[in-house]
Amino acid sequence: MTEAKRDILGFLLFAAAVLIAPFFFADSYILNVLVFVGINTLLAVALNLLLGFAGQISLGHAAFFGLGAYISGVMTAAHSFDPWLAMLIAAVSTGVAAFIIGFPILKLKGHYLAMATLGFGIIVYIVFNETVDLTGGPSGLPGIPNLSLGEFSFDNDIKNFYLIWAFTLLAMRISLNLYRSRIGRALRAIHDSEVAARVAGVNVKNLKVQIFTMSAVISALAGSLYAHTMTFISPASFGFNFSVELVTMVIIGGLGSVYGSFMGAAILTLLPEFLRIFHDYDIIVYGLLLILIIMFMPGGLAGGFRTALERLSRSRKQGAD
Amino acid sequence: MLEIRGMTKKFGGLIALDDVSMSVGKGSITGIIGPNGAGKTTLFNIVTGLYTRSSGEVYLEGTDVSGYAPENLARLGLVRTFQNVELFGRMTVLENVMVGLHTRSRSGIFSCSLKWPTHIMEEKRIRDEAMQRLEFTGMTGIADIPAGSLPFGMGRRLEIARALAPGPKIMLMDEPAAGLNSRETLDLADLIRKIRDAGTTVVLVEHDMELVMDVCETIVVLNLGRKLAEGAPREIQENPAVIAAYLGEE
Repeated sequence: MTEAKRDILGFLLFAAAVLIAPFFFADSYILNVLVFVGINTLLAVALNLLLGFAGQISLGHAAFFGLGAYISGVMTAAHSFDPWLAMLIAAVSTGVAAFIIGFPILKLKGHYLAMATLGFGIIVYIVFNETVDLTGGPSGLPGIPNLSLGEFSFDNDIKNFYLIWAFTLLAMRISLNLYRSRIGRALRAIHDSEVAARVAGVNVKNLKVQIFTMSAVISALAGSLYAHTMTFISPASFGFNFSVELVTMVIIGGLGSVYGSFMGAAILTLLPEFLRIFHDYDIIVYGLLLILIIMFMPGGLAGGFRTALERLSRSRKQGAD
Repeated sequence: MLEIRGMTKKFGGLIALDDVSMSVGKGSITGIIGPNGAGKTTLFNIVTGLYTRSSGEVYLEGTDVSGYAPENLARLGLVRTFQNVELFGRMTVLENVMVGLHTRSRSGIFSCSLKWPTHIMEEKRIRDEAMQRLEFTGMTGIADIPAGSLPFGMGRRLEIARALAPGPKIMLMDEPAAGLNSRETLDLADLIRKIRDAGTTVVLVEHDMELVMDVCETIVVLNLGRKLAEGAPREIQENPAVIAAYLGEE
């Protein structure tokens, strides 16, 4: 089987598994968690473009998520815009903001880039909290309408599940396309050796800004979807902690791997739910598990998965001999 | 092909290059030699746009390209390799060469994301061309292994294949024989001639005198940032100033 065929087949299997998942989890609580897995996967896939492909850290991605959510929320709840139009405006304006700050910020490298994106995230978080007249401040912004198509309104968990996963699957497909393409290779080249990428003719500065913008736009879309699904948002969801959680998802899942981003997002969303049985100690077990995953799977869950598959096929071959 | 005029580079109080001028003829193989700290790599880094110059000019086929960024020089057909071999370690051998074809392709972020038909066609062309380059450097069998797992000598060969991929006009090689054994160095000499015969002008900085005397037609000697001598290998070997610089004054 050629690589291209394996890629398409793998994606179709994954998409099929996602689409039938709700039939196995009729329980509305689990379905609600799976909606969050969808949103977090969308965010992790977006951050993976920047962090996993191009190797550029962002500790402020929750801010783009928040900008999408608040622009959508304020436009629809306070000014009665159509939710789809609000979503489009949120995505475009967040993209413009990312493009503008991208040029100065992405000149920085490593720890300095981490600091700059961290600072950006904190500024946006403070704006959400302090512009009380606009955002409702720390007590949040209620009354955000659901998205709807004509008479059909996305007003329950099952409908939202399909709505969000449609976007998430699309973002995953786009990421997979990008990975094995001229631009994806150029991004991965930047990750491995920026100087060699430049000498090969890659315009590193422009490409970093492009992927940063694309990542921000997808994050903003996730924010809009989140706002219209929850119908209530507050700044606490878009703080520094969540930015770090997103970075953790991408790293635990496996840098650069699109399915890894899903695995990382799924684990970090589901784990706290499962760990409730440990009551007060859940956070300790959670931390311990993350440490163990990184210790024993330095390539993240996707890397560990691949190694396991290779071992399996090798032992099978040996068995046949 | 390449002309350097009055190149000067100061790092604070240190003068790394002092008014160095030289020219490289089309289709030639030129060597730049000199003791450690002579300014050879600095000169390379300025010509390829990685360092800024204090004064002086670089002309590529008569066009002033002084201060051009490396990515723009690549587009004009000037490429280089590195002393320490700069590969894209997590990408496959083939993918490394495909990045080398970046300037010979144009699909943008949208057509790549959406797998536009033009991109699919271009992708096939890039892949075929990259395979041809691997054939040229004798690496077809290892196209799909990660570049990071190659032994050093193979890594160097891959870096050359990647630099050659776009069919450059001129290639600057920074110590291509460093870290190679004598067998690999002989192969390298053959490869360098093959590259020149295929139409790419070659300039190399090198410590391996045997290689330099063997393949180069013209040699430029730098010492302490100044040009000490220029000429055919025989002339350089007999030049008293060069001998003094290498062995010390008597």
